[in-house]
Amino acid sequence: MKTFLRETVFSLIAVVAAFLVGGVIVWMVGDRPLLVYELFFSSAFGSIDGIGYTLFYATPLIFTGLAVAVAFKSGLLNIGAEGQLIAAAFATAWVGLVLPGWPAVVVVLLAMCAAVVVGGVWAGIPGVLKAKFGAHEVITTIMMNFIAVSIVSYFTQYHYRRQGDPILQTLPIASVSEGIVTGPHIPRIHALLAPLGINFPERLPLNLAFLLALLACGVVYVFLWKTKWGYELRAVGENPSAAEYGGISISRNIVIAMSLSGMLAGMVGINEVLGYRYRYYDGFSAEYGFTGIAVALLGRNHPLGVLVSAILFGALIRSSLFIDIFTDSVSRDWVAILRAIIILFVASEAAFRFVSRRRAQRAEG
Amino acid sequence: MLTDIINLSLLASMIRLSTPLILAALGGMYSERGGVINIALEGIMLSGAFTAAAVTALTHNPWIGLGAATCAGLLVALIHAVASIQFRADQVVVGTAINILFLGVPALASGALFESTGSTPQLPREQTLPDWNIPLLEKIPVLSQLLSGHKPIVYVALAMVPVSYYIVFRTRFGLRLRAVGENPEAADTAGVSVTRMRYAGVLISGVLAGIGGAYLSIGQNSLFTRNMTAGRGFIALAALIFGKWHPVGAFLACLLFGLADAVAIRMQGVVAIPVQVIQIIPYVLTLVVLAGFIGRSTPPRAIGKPYVKEK
Repeated sequence: MKTFLRETVFSLIAVVAAFLVGGVIVWMVGDRPLLVYELFFSSAFGSIDGIGYTLFYATPLIFTGLAVAVAFKSGLLNIGAEGQLIAAAFATAWVGLVLPGWPAVVVVLLAMCAAVVVGGVWAGIPGVLKAKFGAHEVITTIMMNFIAVSIVSYFTQYHYRRQGDPILQTLPIASVSEGIVTGPHIPRIHALLAPLGINFPERLPLNLAFLLALLACGVVYVFLWKTKWGYELRAVGENPSAAEYGGISISRNIVIAMSLSGMLAGMVGINEVLGYRYRYYDGFSAEYGFTGIAVALLGRNHPLGVLVSAILFGALIRSSLFIDIFTDSVSRDWVAILRAIIILFVASEAAFRFVSRRRAQRAEG
Repeated sequence: MLTDIINLSLLASMIRLSTPLILAALGGMYSERGGVINIALEGIMLSGAFTAAAVTALTHNPWIGLGAATCAGLLVALIHAVASIQFRADQVVVGTAINILFLGVPALASGALFESTGSTPQLPREQTLPDWNIPLLEKIPVLSQLLSGHKPIVYVALAMVPVSYYIVFRTRFGLRLRAVGENPEAADTAGVSVTRMRYAGVLISGVLAGIGGAYLSIGQNSLFTRNMTAGRGFIALAALIFGKWHPVGAFLACLLFGLADAVAIRMQGVVAIPVQVIQIIPYVLTLVVLAGFIGRSTPPRAIGKPYVKEK
């Protein structure tokens, strides 16, 4: 309990400090920090629309945050969630495109499987390269990002685009007319809550994938802390040589951790394609993969922490549009900078803890 | 068709395209020989590229731009050094934070300075770095085509290869740098300041990667565009590993990547292959290099480990 409290306090300090530095940056580019803070809170939490969109943007971040956290737990940094989710989102749409006329439920289930499998494979490759050849996963996952972007844009442009479409996107897998979606898709929260008599605005794109993300938090928690596989994975992350001495295969766990990580990142495709746009749209990801690193670090690689910090970063994405429009000189990139500062603070803060622990040890000894 | 692709000008273009990689890889070598992983090369290059283009656009002088880019690289490397050496933060995480930071900073700054979203104004040709013709070399037939008429930074990169070899393997500084990367405890016992040597390594990497970045924006091109490094910082790291943390090895690996890039650019006009397929060649090559051809490449022994002085 004590560590839980301390971790929370440290994360809070990192966020507050990042917002302060972010305020200084706003001031440096010649704008009013208070206005930006106010825009942040009012646009992200000030209305049901704000909250709905914040949770909608948080959904992919929960997936990528969990993805990075699982890899972190085994001592790996997966900075390729971006490529994994792009490949997976395309695969999700692809299933819908190549199975026209199949029952929607079957297509939805197959498309979900495709998202998970393709994400897992895309991260599994760097996992194998690391386990077999010692290739650093940070470099290989970044390379896989570039490869995913190119291949997916190739297939979108030359094989699955509507003739003459000026936008780089595939044909739709479901059609929308007057708010009614026909074809394979997952329902919006509006449709799920309506039978219960709760009126959640239909215009908000928040969908079933958000509930899947919450479920994923639970599953990851149980996997990591309540199963033998999770124990082995964490053991490899904490002390590889001790784990190996205890009969745990390091290379097997590297491949497992990376594949699981990629599967989680791949689930972003479900939210994007089946729950929101009903097609693959090139460049849809607002750097969800990279933000996942910040989400995981701030959330202490714990599913609950990931959930809370994903909502914070979701709020940042939601508000970035308003900050962009309603200030003279602060663009939406301010949010990207804040994200990096939070990572820096959280990473360096581990040092303070380390120092204080050593001081305590020294005082004892 | 092959002769359209393979000729002398291809090799000249290989040298040009390798230049930013060579500078970044050599920079990374100083940092990593001293025991600090420098994943931030990408972000440092971006900071250099943006600063060079922005300052040149404001001062109309590419040399001032180049100087500013060098300072920018140094400053960003300083963030890395303070966090990972002073605060003993996880080096890979810090590097990643810096890379993410410089996806955003140029965009925000270009908005504030030039009212654009992510790029700097197009510079007139005379405001980019000049092409240098090398006096004697110019007269020699084959060599002149290969080596003359490049931007000054190309010569800096080429010169840095033997210079780095000398510094790392023939000077006291180099010996100490390698010592703190291999066995910091022993180096410390022998009276070498681990902190100071590591700072030096990381800062040198910042200077070189910053110059490498400047080459992209005011040498090879005439403006900064969003994320214009396109993974070169990471490819440079792969080249460093492929070259076994040796300046000459890293140099040759960078030439290989430069050649792949040059061939890819040539093929776009000649072969009917979609551009996306050609674009992935350097990235796939990087994976292949990391996986297959290197055998085991052994990094400096203390790499990635913060050093805690025993009292």
